[in-house]
Amino acid sequence: MGNAIFQPSHFAAVVLFALFASTVFGITQREKPRDMIRYGIYCFVLFVASAIVLSWLMYFIAR
Amino acid sequence: MATEENKKTSTKSGSQEGFVYLPLIAGWLVPGGGHFLLRKWGRGALLAASILGMFVLGLLMQGKVYAGAHDILDLLGLAGDLGNGLPYVLSRMLGLGDVQVQVTTADWGTRFIVVAGLLNIIAAVDAHNLKTGRKS
Repeated sequence: MGNAIFQPSHFAAVVLFALFASTVFGITQREKPRDMIRYGIYCFVLFVASAIVLSWLMYFIAR
Repeated sequence: MATEENKKTSTKSGSQEGFVYLPLIAGWLVPGGGHFLLRKWGRGALLAASILGMFVLGLLMQGKVYAGAHDILDLLGLAGDLGNGLPYVLSRMLGLGDVQVQVTTADWGTRFIVVAGLLNIIAAVDAHNLKTGRKS
């Protein structure tokens, strides 16, 4: 692992973060498998959508 | 109604056999370990893949593994990193993540490692809840 470097784009990093975090949230915060999947997808969409919205917000604030 | 309540009580007391905190400790030391111990193979595998995936990607992004606490922010980072359990100990033993690299992805990698630890704590507590019958 010493020389291997993973350099994702900012958006790819956000998607990976959202994927892993929402998987754990889905499994731990709901009891039934169907609810777990639905909650996991809900969290994933919220993570990615909020990142996109906040990014555009910061883009306009910086101008 | 009474029968259903009795059933719930018997399930609850049945799941509390043995050392109640074992899934919590196993889940902390090995990501997904608590769920494996309770024979929740699918959940355990997904949790392990997510948490270890996040930890390894954090290291591959040249993220920093906190070794000590020089200020309050370092202390919070260290607390998060310690949540990873054995992967944290292993990375410290192998000297992974001990060099601060000045690239943007290294900063994200550091956050990935900290968040992996925090997610692992949530997963370990979930395993404990399954053991005590608080969750099915």
